[in-house]
Amino acid sequence: MRTIWTITRRELNSFFDSLMAYVMLLLFLGFSGLFTWLIGTNIFLIGQASLRTFFSVAYWTLFFFIPALTMGMIAQENNTGTIELLLTKPVTDRQLVVGKFTASLLLVVISLVFTLPYVITVASIGNLDQGAVIGGYLGLVLLSAAYISIGIYASSLTNNQIVAFLTALFIGIFFQIVFDMLSTTFGGVVGEIFRYLSLTTHFESMSRGVIDTKDLIYFISLVVLFLKMAEDSLAKRNL
Amino acid sequence: MDIKVENITKSYGRQKAVNRISFHVKTGEILGFLGPNGAGKTTTMKMITNYLIPEEGDIFIGGKSLLEEPEELKKHIGYLPENNPLYVDMPVIDYLEFSAEIQQIPREKIPERVREMVRVCGLNQEKHKKIGELSKGYRQRVGLAQAMIHDPEILILDEPTTGLDPNQIIEIRKLIRELGREKTVILSTHIMQEVEATCDRILIINKGEIVADGTADSLARQVQGQELLHVRIEDADPNEVFKALQQLPTVELVDFLDREKNRFEIQSKPDASSNREVFRLCTEKGWVLTEMIPIETKLEDIFRELTMN
Repeated sequence: MRTIWTITRRELNSFFDSLMAYVMLLLFLGFSGLFTWLIGTNIFLIGQASLRTFFSVAYWTLFFFIPALTMGMIAQENNTGTIELLLTKPVTDRQLVVGKFTASLLLVVISLVFTLPYVITVASIGNLDQGAVIGGYLGLVLLSAAYISIGIYASSLTNNQIVAFLTALFIGIFFQIVFDMLSTTFGGVVGEIFRYLSLTTHFESMSRGVIDTKDLIYFISLVVLFLKMAEDSLAKRNL
Repeated sequence: MDIKVENITKSYGRQKAVNRISFHVKTGEILGFLGPNGAGKTTTMKMITNYLIPEEGDIFIGGKSLLEEPEELKKHIGYLPENNPLYVDMPVIDYLEFSAEIQQIPREKIPERVREMVRVCGLNQEKHKKIGELSKGYRQRVGLAQAMIHDPEILILDEPTTGLDPNQIIEIRKLIRELGREKTVILSTHIMQEVEATCDRILIINKGEIVADGTADSLARQVQGQELLHVRIEDADPNEVFKALQQLPTVELVDFLDREKNRFEIQSKPDASSNREVFRLCTEKGWVLTEMIPIETKLEDIFRELTMN
């Protein structure tokens, strides 16, 4: 546990040292704030004390930002050779992957904490559906966890950060849009399968305030699957 | 702790980088690992440090199998990889603290260990700078500091003196020799003088196989086989001297080096030494022996002999 936490702390520090964290916070808060309060179907246009707009904006911003956050995590270590230094210490491949995952997730959670003033403001304007807010936030955290594990997997495949970024987006787009589209095209049992695979379906039901174990299992298995794949791809140095 | 490497093999694709290598490093021994580029030195070191896992064979550290207990055994190894990769955006002191923590040093002992390493490696002036801002020599010291921070019983150093200036090289060699008194050290290098200056034993590897194993002296004997002398015998007719030398019982071959100056090269028979015989001959005949130089095979020559085809 201590090893994982040591790796997590180093990654978090390097986020803040390299300004990555500040850029992330600024852009994330900027985008979600702008779209929630000022532009497009903002809260005043809808005229309801609801955070639906915020959640759907955050849903898309995180989709693009997380690959940028995770792209260097393993690719850069592969590139500079520091991976060798790390893995010859008493650190397992799994501890390394989990440590990096935790660091990214913590940064996303920190970003989300900074959006709490939105919640407070909206709650003071009208009657806010508390279930939807809790479900929405939980959904965002779980969705981030899924995309982070995809990003770390993509990062473990290469030593080029741009390749890692694009690979993560490419895998992500299936869960974000493609599976959803396929489910409406096919219908029937195949459509149901695609509907279950689509991340959007699960996120939407959560952001309505329905927290179902089916959704939780979906997100957790995505995380476990991609982190395991990242671990296996690290072990490939032995081939 | 000793290191016992048994029949390890590792290939990249079809090419065998290391082919059934076995050797044993005793506790407190400094082993020099020599070989041309691409001979398999780095691959072997990566396997001993458990970064790579051998396809065949096993490595025993202090009698325990590295395949079975990697996490436990890795705690006893300090490793300085080739090219010395470091987190360039971290300050030296933070990086050393991180290294100490990841080596699972008890938290209360970390500041003391970090201070000790800063002192031993001469990093005091630079400790608050980012690693990326340091010169190559100082980076190398940081690399050594992180390798030794947990006071490991085994040190694996892959070309530890590349990129250092002559003063630093001497310092690092001195440091390695001091460490080698208590620790088991394996170091790889291209520089022959380095091996002669620091190592107790030499292992030469070529194309993934061990071609020589022994001390510098024993390797020289192994390659050279026969004693070689350069002598200068004055106040005599060169042809007469030539004939007399050839008739000595221990001499196999005599050759003129310089007829004008009466200089000869004498090759002795296997396991025989001619210097006494030559001296006796000269006193008997009243010749003046002004030079007698035993010619030693240098490590460079041994290396060339063994690794060139």
